[in-house]
Amino acid sequence: MSTATIDASRRRFDVKRFLANNGALVGLLILCLGLFIATPDFLTGPNLLNIGIQVSTVAVLAFGMTFVIVAGGIDLSVGSVAALSAMVSSWLYVGSGVSGWIALIAGLVTGLLVGVVNGLVSAYGKLPSFIATLAMLSVARGLTLVISDGRPIKTAPEVSFLGGNLGPIPMPIIVLVASAIIASFLLNRTVLGRSMYAVGGNAEAARLSGLPVKRIVVIVFGLAGLFAALAGLLLAGRLDSAQPQAAAGYELDAIAAVVIGGASLAGGLGRISGTFVGALVLVVIRNGLNLLNVTSFWQQVVIGVVIALAVGIDVLRRKTRNA
Amino acid sequence: MDPKPLVTLANVTKSFGPVQVIKGVSVSVYPGKVQVLLGENGAGKSTLIKMLAGVHQPDSGEIIMDGQAVSLPNTRTAEQHGIATIHQELNLVGTMSIAENVMLGRTPRKFGMVDRKELRRKAREALALIGLTIDVDTLVNELGIAQQQLVEIAKALSIHAKILILDEPTAALTRHETEHLFKVVEDLRNHGVGMLFISHHLDEIAEIGDSVTVLRDGEFVAEVPGSTPEDELVKLMVGRAIDEQFPRQKNSQPKASLILEVSKLGSKDKFKDISFTVKAGEIVGIAGLVGAGRTEVLRAIAGADKYDHGSVRIRNKPLQRGSVEAAIKAGIGHVPEDRKVQGLVLDASVNDNLGYATLQETSRFGLADFSGQKSRAESVAKTLRIRMHDIEQPIRSLSGGNQQKAVFGRWILAQSTLLLLDEPTRGVDVGAKVEIYELMNAITAAGGAIVMVSSELPEVLGMSDRILVMRDGEIAGELDAREATQDKVMTLAARDTDEDL
Ligand SMILES: Nc1ncnc2c1ncn2[C@@H]1O[C@H](COP(=O)(O)OP(=O)(O)OP(=O)(O)O)[C@@H](O)[C@H]1O
Ligand SMILES: [Mg+2]
Repeated sequence: MSTATIDASRRRFDVKRFLANNGALVGLLILCLGLFIATPDFLTGPNLLNIGIQVSTVAVLAFGMTFVIVAGGIDLSVGSVAALSAMVSSWLYVGSGVSGWIALIAGLVTGLLVGVVNGLVSAYGKLPSFIATLAMLSVARGLTLVISDGRPIKTAPEVSFLGGNLGPIPMPIIVLVASAIIASFLLNRTVLGRSMYAVGGNAEAARLSGLPVKRIVVIVFGLAGLFAALAGLLLAGRLDSAQPQAAAGYELDAIAAVVIGGASLAGGLGRISGTFVGALVLVVIRNGLNLLNVTSFWQQVVIGVVIALAVGIDVLRRKTRNA
Repeated sequence: MDPKPLVTLANVTKSFGPVQVIKGVSVSVYPGKVQVLLGENGAGKSTLIKMLAGVHQPDSGEIIMDGQAVSLPNTRTAEQHGIATIHQELNLVGTMSIAENVMLGRTPRKFGMVDRKELRRKAREALALIGLTIDVDTLVNELGIAQQQLVEIAKALSIHAKILILDEPTAALTRHETEHLFKVVEDLRNHGVGMLFISHHLDEIAEIGDSVTVLRDGEFVAEVPGSTPEDELVKLMVGRAIDEQFPRQKNSQPKASLILEVSKLGSKDKFKDISFTVKAGEIVGIAGLVGAGRTEVLRAIAGADKYDHGSVRIRNKPLQRGSVEAAIKAGIGHVPEDRKVQGLVLDASVNDNLGYATLQETSRFGLADFSGQKSRAESVAKTLRIRMHDIEQPIRSLSGGNQQKAVFGRWILAQSTLLLLDEPTRGVDVGAKVEIYELMNAITAAGGAIVMVSSELPEVLGMSDRILVMRDGEIAGELDAREATQDKVMTLAARDTDEDL
């Protein structure tokens, strides 16, 4: 595939094809160049670290979302699940005095379990994942409010460590790199990952080839929940407290990152590297708009336009592929 | 007489990436004539006609209509120029009704809303053209592939185009429906419609073809009259003669060991009381009309659907009902009826598609066996001569016949010992068919067994050792292949009274 593309572009540089395949990366580079020219504050050490920290939450959420979208589903609950997981962790730590490590693991397990429920409902309950996870978005947020009584709860030190620094390097960036490697390994190298592409590309063909489609769907949503929990803990660790309204609306950022990164909402296509670039695009745009003193209202407009553009490129990409 | 062509493709070329697949081909369509395109799988037939359908644009060369070069940038423009196309791959929306599909893009309106009554009437009219009597409110995904093909034909006919392109319309049809289609073709011919026809059934060429353009590797080889004998057509097409179309030795003293034992299988509304056995070394063909329940029986055995009554035993062990995984573990390989919907993950590579059935069992610690898979896939692709430029290219970009070979190849790679084949050679060229038959022989010689459903009666007669004939969901009779004839099969298959499809 890649060699063919290289051959093709060598013969006659096909701008359309190149943009369709690497649009997000090119966009990111142009964006960075523009910001570098526009403001001296962009290319500074602290700002870059700041971008790194911000991207970590979005990207980790989006990695989990990549699994779901590649497998042909969607998960609208990841923002709420992130908040719930962090809240459960803090609540256990403060309320029942378990050790910090146990609290951290309990947070992750919460996300995993909620994700598995999402998966069970959409695989065996035959509900479209859009509906199942929309319901979970509300349920998980509600539970977060119930157990916290609407107030922030301080995190275990082990969780706060996730938001801190390891030497000069912020922990979130280390966690980000580690989860990118794990996610990419899962998707590319394992039977599970290869099966996700098959299920998302054509679930019926996958089933008739003997792949356990339902089990795969359950695991995929479970993974999305697990990654959401990790993102939630990162977020809480940075603030030293689990917030009841944390990560609200982050599911849209995660979906946008995946789509900007070249996945198709129809399923069967998508890469972790693409999602990473997609998350960077979103965060760099926000960061740039902040540096340029654009109000958050306009920021929303701009982000919306970027998502529309990304989906437009997705359509173009599919056209060139089918032709 | 020297009538003007309706349309001419003049010296066109087309490349995909680095690969040139059409290398300077010219072909014309004349009013009231059927121009045939002939060539092996991947020769470039579909790519060529897609230039007339507005799907592809030639890189060089011209499309000439009425003495003028035209450009057909999209399918709508092609239709406006009076060109209707029946594509090789079905393009119906499964979740919409037959009526909506037939009238897609031309939905009749009244006061800005869909005129349901008119929609149904027009759709019924269109179906009548091809002799299909079926409720137009039926959803398309409830239809078998043959009926879907007929809907697709009706849709194209209802445009009343002056040029009609038919890319393997008969691949999914039985003889009965094909004859009906050919009557329609005769009628269109008398009305001066020009047609471009593609088929791998060589006998059909003499029947309706006026002239044949032969392609090989994207190049023009020859243009010969439609009456050219089949073996000469084969020589032009593949560059060599094919000695034996059905290389099956039927002395068939099958080995005693039983491989498959189906008893009293029943499934509501689909089939009932199906009992038969298959021994090691045997090929059992299942014949019958469209809708007789052949596909459903095969799917039930393969675990694709659940059944209500009866049991299936493989090598004397009961087979779990409704589990594809269990079936595969028991050595079953199932080539489904519709490669695009049930067989292939179109965006995935040829390599991946060949390997899905063995993905789990060849893995270690949950890791996919990449290098092993690739070498196995490459050897299967070579055996089946799947034409591609890279095993990692998406299978979507392979020609129809080569995609079909890949569905078959998946089970060769999995070394299945009981193959359940549903139209295994649909869209496969004459040469490649023989290669698939040879593989079937090899599997049975090694002690495996095969159950084959096919609408191509010559194939069933030529390759089976025994033939079961199904009618209305039941087994109407069994024939020894050595004494079976088309007539005997059809007598058993056809309903006594009124004839359906
Ligand atoms: N979109 C595409 N991208 C890359 N290669 C393509 C694409 N479409 C077709 N090809 C290649 O072009 C060649 C011709 O394909 P085409 O579909 O025209 O064959 P065909 O003669 O119709 O074969 P068949 O009898 O199997 O239908 C094949 O080698 C195929 O792999
Ligand atoms: Mg073709």
